[in-house]
Amino acid sequence: MLKSLKSYDDLVSMRKSHDKKHKRDTVKVSICMTGCRALGAEEVYDEFRKQIKKQKLQDKVEVIETGCQGLCARAPVMTIEPPGVFYGRVTVDIIPDIISSTVLKGDVISKLCYAEAGKKIPYLKDIPFYSKQKKIVLRNCGVIDPNNIEQYIARKGYEAFAKALFDLEPEYIINEITNSGLRGRGGAGFPTGLKWEFCRKAKGDIKYVICNADEGDPGAFMDRAVLEGDPHAVIEGMLIAARAIGSERGFVYVRAEYPIAVDHLKNAISQARELNLLGNNILGSGFNFDLEIKMGAGAFVCGEETALIASIEGKRGMPRPRPPFPANSGLWDKPTNINNVETFANIPVIISEGSEWYKQLGTKNGTGTKIFALAGKVKNTGLVEVPMGTTLREIIFDIGGGIPGRREFKAAQMGGPSGGCVPAEHLDLPIDYETVKEVGAIMGSGGLIVMDSDTSMVDISRYFMEFVQDESCGKCVPCRVGTKKMLDILTRITEGNGCRSDIEDLKEMADVTKTASLCGLGQTAPNPVLSTIRYFMNEYEDLLKTGS
Amino acid sequence: MVEKTIDLRTVRKIVSEYGNDHDSNLIAILQQTQGEYGYLPKQALKEVSRLMDVPLTRIFGIVTFYSQFTFIPRGRHAIKICTGTACHVKGVNEVKQKVKEQLNVVEGETTADYQFTLETVACIGTCFLAPVMMVDDRYYGKLTTDTVMDIVDRYSGDNA
Repeated sequence: MLKSLKSYDDLVSMRKSHDKKHKRDTVKVSICMTGCRALGAEEVYDEFRKQIKKQKLQDKVEVIETGCQGLCARAPVMTIEPPGVFYGRVTVDIIPDIISSTVLKGDVISKLCYAEAGKKIPYLKDIPFYSKQKKIVLRNCGVIDPNNIEQYIARKGYEAFAKALFDLEPEYIINEITNSGLRGRGGAGFPTGLKWEFCRKAKGDIKYVICNADEGDPGAFMDRAVLEGDPHAVIEGMLIAARAIGSERGFVYVRAEYPIAVDHLKNAISQARELNLLGNNILGSGFNFDLEIKMGAGAFVCGEETALIASIEGKRGMPRPRPPFPANSGLWDKPTNINNVETFANIPVIISEGSEWYKQLGTKNGTGTKIFALAGKVKNTGLVEVPMGTTLREIIFDIGGGIPGRREFKAAQMGGPSGGCVPAEHLDLPIDYETVKEVGAIMGSGGLIVMDSDTSMVDISRYFMEFVQDESCGKCVPCRVGTKKMLDILTRITEGNGCRSDIEDLKEMADVTKTASLCGLGQTAPNPVLSTIRYFMNEYEDLLKTGS
Repeated sequence: MVEKTIDLRTVRKIVSEYGNDHDSNLIAILQQTQGEYGYLPKQALKEVSRLMDVPLTRIFGIVTFYSQFTFIPRGRHAIKICTGTACHVKGVNEVKQKVKEQLNVVEGETTADYQFTLETVACIGTCFLAPVMMVDDRYYGKLTTDTVMDIVDRYSGDNA
């Protein structure tokens, strides 16, 4: 049972007492117990603990379960500190060796090490995948046990919120966020500070804060990783938002397909309540705020904010026209502030380090960092956080290790079904919200799927159209009919039955769907088609030639 | 088709736990009801409608909107094959085909012995280990046509 915290000082002394308790000479073994579970991390973790107990090493070795450590391609992974080695593809039978060699003697087991160009790189700090990243949002992810609030507090967790609560006025907080240049990480990139200001100024006695964790883009897993690996960072961000706009109640809307994330978030909320970081009279300040989890039920469109609100209200998750914007009239018609998981996780850092510090990261159009979910035909699939303005080449080749086999890079799909395919000629483009838009993709939530010479771009275009057509809620005609018609044409082309006029028809239909659809789903649905026509017209031509 | 009689106490308990005063809990109540019965029996929905004082048509509207809900009884284990972008690019279609052939079902169907229901999910956020699937709440990654049935078979025993 955790002891309730009654003041700012209580929080700080909790951190200090944790520091004292843990400044022992222990070896820390961190095992990823989230994404890596898909390749047997639980068995590895259980066996490791069993062995440590059997060999009576509990005082010398601390085994902790963490969230995603990033280099998912090597799953299941673990870090042992000291000596700071990173091991991948760990199996149950090699655990006795790891304990006797690495844990007890600090020796490296070379077959478990990451290798690049035939060279083994045992230490995490030397692996380019890690050394070229800048972890701000993922500062705790893969480092702490997400189910242990004390470990979050030990890393100054909730102190940014306490500062906001006791030392800063709401207007000052909003100014800081505006000045930091933070833009929404969910896709559209709207300035976060401005959103908060609208909601603060909106008339109403009751206001809500919502975290959008309905990460539905196929190919995206950033929010999943943050919720699983560092749920308190999201809660802390929401608390700061609540303080800034004057809200007492919040919701996290999370996909039902993410059971581990839901589980960790539930734990985090109940621990925060125990410590009086959520609930009434938080830290003795008189400020009240509490959070509830709402689970999605499998509808992609619920990532759109007005649809999400309808879903929380217990209705069909269909979008409605804006304005009014949720900041003025949202959940149960009350002023509502909605931000994405990654956006919230940025907030505590901005408050503790200051907006001037934050602004130095990234570019003018996009400050800070961005997490990318790197997947597809790339060696080091996983979770990557880099400053905005990093080039695709750096992400895919320096961090990602390039394309496996002897194939060549063809395109990077950014932004999922709302985005587009960026071809090789733009590999050196510094990525931020505007530059990506110029080349026909969008930053989106950060899904980045690498495609090689084996991937048919027309097939990808059809794939996304099938997805959005299936997920279109059917409320407005342009999206409902437009996506269906475009899918019909694309299917015809991929089956070799296309005709010349199909390309013009596609373009025209894309234009109408883009302009006339009610919400973001329809407005961006044609992007994958348009971007593949723009860069890979030759592939369409080839299929049209083989047809009649 | 005559629906077999179900024990309504289960759904009554769920509604009473959430309280019947807030429509906002409707989706959660339906999720838990489906969790308990394995699907959404008509009688249970009528009971929810009565207790919550929400028209059955509205409940029907919700159930048909969200892909998670089903009116048809499910198998003991849900196999959810991911068809996300990364899985698509990495050949999940062959893996899916293999499962379909071996279990003799198509997407959305349940095996004759009610052991498995096969579903596809647009993305389960495990793209780094594509192609992937979930069996119930467990993730399995880097599937091939050779390995996928070994995993499925682990769930085919009576006690699985």
